[in-house]
Amino acid sequence: MNSAARLAEILSANAGRAGPLLPILHDVQAAFGCIDRDAEAEIAEALNLSRAEVHGVVSFYHDFSAEADPRLVVQLCRAEACQARGVEEIVAAGERAAGERVCLKTVYCLGLCSVGPAARVGDALHARLDAAALVALIEAA
Amino acid sequence: MTLIRISDDALALACGADAVAAAFAAAGCTVERVSSWGLHWLEPLVEVGGIGYGPMAPDDVSAVLAGTSTKSIGMIAEHPFIARQQRLTFARAGKTRPLSLDDYSATGGWAGLTRARSLSPDQVIAEVTQSGLRGRGGAGFPAGIKWKTVADAAASHKYVVCNADEGDSGTFADRMLMEGDPYHLIEGMTIAAYAVGASQGYIYVRSEYPHAITKLNQAIVLSADIIAPFRIEVRVGAGAYVCGEETSLLNSIEGKRGEVRAKPPLPAHQGLFGQPTVINNVLTLAAVPHILLEGGAAHYDSHGVARSKGTMPIQLTGNIKSGGLFETAFGITLHELIYDIGGGTASGRPVKAVQVGGPLGAYIHPDRFDLPFCYEEYAGVDALVGHGGIVVFDDTADMGRLARFAMQFCAAESCGKCTPCRIGSTRGVELIDRIRSSPRGADSVELLPQMHNARKAGRSREEDIALLEDLCETLKFGSLCALGGFTPYPVLSALKHWPEDFT
Repeated sequence: MNSAARLAEILSANAGRAGPLLPILHDVQAAFGCIDRDAEAEIAEALNLSRAEVHGVVSFYHDFSAEADPRLVVQLCRAEACQARGVEEIVAAGERAAGERVCLKTVYCLGLCSVGPAARVGDALHARLDAAALVALIEAA
Repeated sequence: MTLIRISDDALALACGADAVAAAFAAAGCTVERVSSWGLHWLEPLVEVGGIGYGPMAPDDVSAVLAGTSTKSIGMIAEHPFIARQQRLTFARAGKTRPLSLDDYSATGGWAGLTRARSLSPDQVIAEVTQSGLRGRGGAGFPAGIKWKTVADAAASHKYVVCNADEGDSGTFADRMLMEGDPYHLIEGMTIAAYAVGASQGYIYVRSEYPHAITKLNQAIVLSADIIAPFRIEVRVGAGAYVCGEETSLLNSIEGKRGEVRAKPPLPAHQGLFGQPTVINNVLTLAAVPHILLEGGAAHYDSHGVARSKGTMPIQLTGNIKSGGLFETAFGITLHELIYDIGGGTASGRPVKAVQVGGPLGAYIHPDRFDLPFCYEEYAGVDALVGHGGIVVFDDTADMGRLARFAMQFCAAESCGKCTPCRIGSTRGVELIDRIRSSPRGADSVELLPQMHNARKAGRSREEDIALLEDLCETLKFGSLCALGGFTPYPVLSALKHWPEDFT
């Protein structure tokens, strides 16, 4: 299926919803890894919005990106509870292991605050990380 | 065949529960996946005939089955951490399979809804008001009054929105409830909908909680006939902390930027899509089924102190030995929570500070650990109960760095609508950096010839601190919502109690 057909499919699947923009953007981000200029224009057209309005929403939320990043993402929680459990001391080792190959992203809270430091790869969660466990996680990613 | 119960809560999974479950299954046991007890330091926790073993690794399986395991904690229900609690909202935690309608009904599920439907909507609201239930998201607004406002509003459409955008660090009670007892939340929302006359509900869940989203979607399908004609849809957030603020959350559901709305109009008058809307936190709505039981409102009201009624699911997190979920009546002190229940720090070092109420909550000094857990008492010392999250720090914590982090977090998550929050947070980071690196001269920008109003002489540390306090004052009183308005709490409390960390 080409991308135009995939986008049309996403738009029609969400047609009956009230306030459909966020669900559409989630679907587009999941399907293409980003929400680019052309997709914004298509979505705007379908929802009777201006592209500026759609772009405003895309750029507001951390989960949406304008350009695809082919690298695998490892989200590391660096909020207060994980700081209290020593996440800042293992960040440098994580960054070294990630290098250019893996995108090590900061996230504020995965809701695992009693067993941090915590990380997420896709839908898989990891807790009680030390430097060695984080490096192993990144290298296996 | 031995029956083994293991949680499928996200936290248990993160600690390796699936591998332990697989090892028991491979050993020929029947494995039942239940909700989490909330004994997080023991996860993955395994229950065999009421006796708990944890934290388990796959290698421990044979010892448990042979009866020689050293990881036994005895009967889980009698463990001091559980026995000391008063679990109303989390009564099912650890005991039921999250998506089993049979388990839910067998443990009193739907009884609140059935009784509510036998009453008039006004009577339901009166009972919620009588219970003393206040919003558990942080603001503590009386739930009954909010519902009454929506019920009295004339409109063709009304909505019930559940705020499940639990972004505060140090909180996970919403997540545990959604994953472990989703029907309980659905029942609470359905009662709210009946009381105010709403036909459509939304649960706005943050995207960082994929397991909760999956469970809720499944539970909504399975319970659709029971809650009809009310309908519920899950909406997934997109990584914006500020969307936990109610008006910004409503904008987000509508498909807009998650910018805060000025109030009035209140959401109860003009909320989602401009219609009257009940918007409550997960824990507020989940307290409702119990309140609607026969005598439930009076029972709920009999817990707690002063104007803080009922129970609060408190989350013990950070550097604490025995972290997890502790639901108890209001009035408990931090000293009991941290030392008697939590066992002190995980690192074994002395406690330096605790932050209560998420990233916008004050840092509380051990001198004040006698403070009873209660909305008014906390407000009296410029602190927040918030969503009931408690983050413990040991003596290695750098409070100056944490104060800077509070400002940095505000800058990263500000929606940008109001100036104090959008710009003040960035200036706050710079100011804290200056204070921490003082003495310093004027910086290169200040020395530019066109900076006519900038001081050319360096500022003293005292002057920089006065400026930071002044900035915090502006944030506190000039911001549209709690993000900018409460960021001064962690900053000023850190500065007040640990000034030595700002050098």
